[in-house]
Amino acid sequence: MTSADVVGPEAPKPAEREEAPGGITGLYRKAWFNLRTGNLGPAPIIFGEILVVVLFGLTATNFFTAVNFTNLINQMAGTAMLAFGVVFVLLLGEIDLSIGYLAGIGALVVAELQLPGSGHQLNGIVAMLIAVAVCALIGGVQGSIVAFVGVPSFVVTLAGFLIWQGVILNQLEQRGTIIIQDRWINYTDSYAFSHFAGYLVALIITALYPLSVLYKRVAARGTQIARVNWTAFAVKMVGIAVAAFGTVAIANHGRVIATSLGLPLSGVIVIVFFILLTFLAKWTTFGRHVYAVGGNAEAARRAGINVPRIRVLVFMLSGAMAALGGIIFASQVNSVALTFPPGNLLLNAIASAVIGGVSLFGGRGEVRGALLGAVLIGTLQNGLNTLNVSNGWIYIITGLVLLAAVTLYTVAVRLQARSGR
Amino acid sequence: MSETPLLQLRGITKTFGSVEALTDVDFEVRSGEVMALVGDNGAGKSTLVKCIAGTHTADSGEILFEGEEVQIHGPKDAARLGIEVVYQDLALCDNLDVVQNMFLGREVNRWQILNEAAMENTTASTLKSLAVTTISSIRQPVATLSGGQRQSVAVAKAVQWNSKLVILDEPTAALGVAQTEQVLALVRRLGEQGLAVVIISHNLHDIFETADRISVLRLGRNVGIFERRTTTQQTVVEAITAGVATKVAGIPVAPTSGGTA
Repeated sequence: MTSADVVGPEAPKPAEREEAPGGITGLYRKAWFNLRTGNLGPAPIIFGEILVVVLFGLTATNFFTAVNFTNLINQMAGTAMLAFGVVFVLLLGEIDLSIGYLAGIGALVVAELQLPGSGHQLNGIVAMLIAVAVCALIGGVQGSIVAFVGVPSFVVTLAGFLIWQGVILNQLEQRGTIIIQDRWINYTDSYAFSHFAGYLVALIITALYPLSVLYKRVAARGTQIARVNWTAFAVKMVGIAVAAFGTVAIANHGRVIATSLGLPLSGVIVIVFFILLTFLAKWTTFGRHVYAVGGNAEAARRAGINVPRIRVLVFMLSGAMAALGGIIFASQVNSVALTFPPGNLLLNAIASAVIGGVSLFGGRGEVRGALLGAVLIGTLQNGLNTLNVSNGWIYIITGLVLLAAVTLYTVAVRLQARSGR
Repeated sequence: MSETPLLQLRGITKTFGSVEALTDVDFEVRSGEVMALVGDNGAGKSTLVKCIAGTHTADSGEILFEGEEVQIHGPKDAARLGIEVVYQDLALCDNLDVVQNMFLGREVNRWQILNEAAMENTTASTLKSLAVTTISSIRQPVATLSGGQRQSVAVAKAVQWNSKLVILDEPTAALGVAQTEQVLALVRRLGEQGLAVVIISHNLHDIFETADRISVLRLGRNVGIFERRTTTQQTVVEAITAGVATKVAGIPVAPTSGGTA
């Protein structure tokens, strides 16, 4: 057990740049080290996801259909977008409670700007960009109050929660619903790629992983980060390929009244943002500073990092992602109504990130956690729906899963506290 | 060891409201020398260090760096001169690995994209040059390191930037015996490599293990500077507690504050 332990002062010096053992042994050792240090990785959640899919596949008659599968992608897309923003906010050790209604504001702005005959009708793409900018600006204002005045983010964004809910109420109380007719906006949820284009997308997504590994091998030659455990690589490679091509194959199979379905654009948008934001978090100075501020804000400040700037930017990102999620939700029903945001959007988004292993205390977690969490919650709620389970039970079960996940991570971190010093 | 001091403070006075934290304090450190700064709690050690580091600005007095008068108004000014401080609480991010901590806030990047390879290689060679060999992987999170290893990382981080003066605030306060030895050896090595080192400590054993000279402060005033070779722990303890002034060539003796002794 102590073999991988950090060595004491008198321990012999390990060979410089010792090659980590490869293959299964290396994998096992790394997994064991990670487990002992409280880093569970994505394994538990992927396992949970498989369990949920198998359970619903066995019990629900209409869960394992291609149509339901594309539905599921559309349903979870909006939540995933919000959850991506939540990851960055949680990494700072902050919280953003306003995103649910900020998503509503984003949808409202888009709906208003595309309204035919309103005198300010804009192209859908322009309208979406403006909506994202507006919400980023709102996020920036909220973030500034947190960063410069020092009001806790919980309170600032709770105020935002009420304010933006109020704005939506004021705007829609009389009008009830604004119908969205702009085709670009509606595409975000309803556009499906042709079968061939779908496979092409799957190919590109599958190719990105080996390319990133290759880039590291070449650019960081001779360093530890360039080391590749080829067994792990193979497992991941197969996993990604199966997930990407499997998704497209199933989506292409779907048929609604003779109309063939295909890979939904919403799913591709989610994957594109997943890749972009992972890059932002892991490969850029901004991402590094986000982790640093979340880990030890005082250390970050002393190291010359502009901490308030990082905070403001993260809240802007959170607002922008909320707007994008809101637009996807609005296009799902081609309208914005008083019932927006749907269901427990805010809580589902935060739960997604937390289930995905992002710590509420800052500094720990990854963007992929939000994706995995959103998929798990989406699958769970979709599956329970197809089983005709009441909403009450859906909430209860989602809550239990959240509790189980967080308990697991907390226990893991306590194990780390015992092993690390 | 050069004879002109790298850093020289003359007549530094600093007050906080009605409290005089430093009164007419002189201090100096030469390149290649380990200078200890000792004194009882409230003697003004931390305040003096903060004046050097730019966290505080002295009310009066002058600071000479490499023989020229300089103004230090913030940590950035200090860093520009080549002054780095390793604070007691280390200022490391537990969630980041050794490499990431070493380059915190000064990441090697092109168009904001991190150059991990360059950072890892530099970290490896810095640690090697300081003979810090106990860290098995520089890609492990700092949270998994022992106290001595963390201190070594913090020191390495400070000297990485071609610094000329490194100030260590209680570097062994939280360490066990073996780890203390490890860090003290590192401190001596910094001096041998030609850096000016200021070490603040309560532990006279540590001081006599590492320092070439010992500056004693008491109640915000100079008591004196002692050569380690020619003094004893007993003398230094007396200086710390009772304020016995000892004349050292070139350094004017500050009047001992009366009253409490």
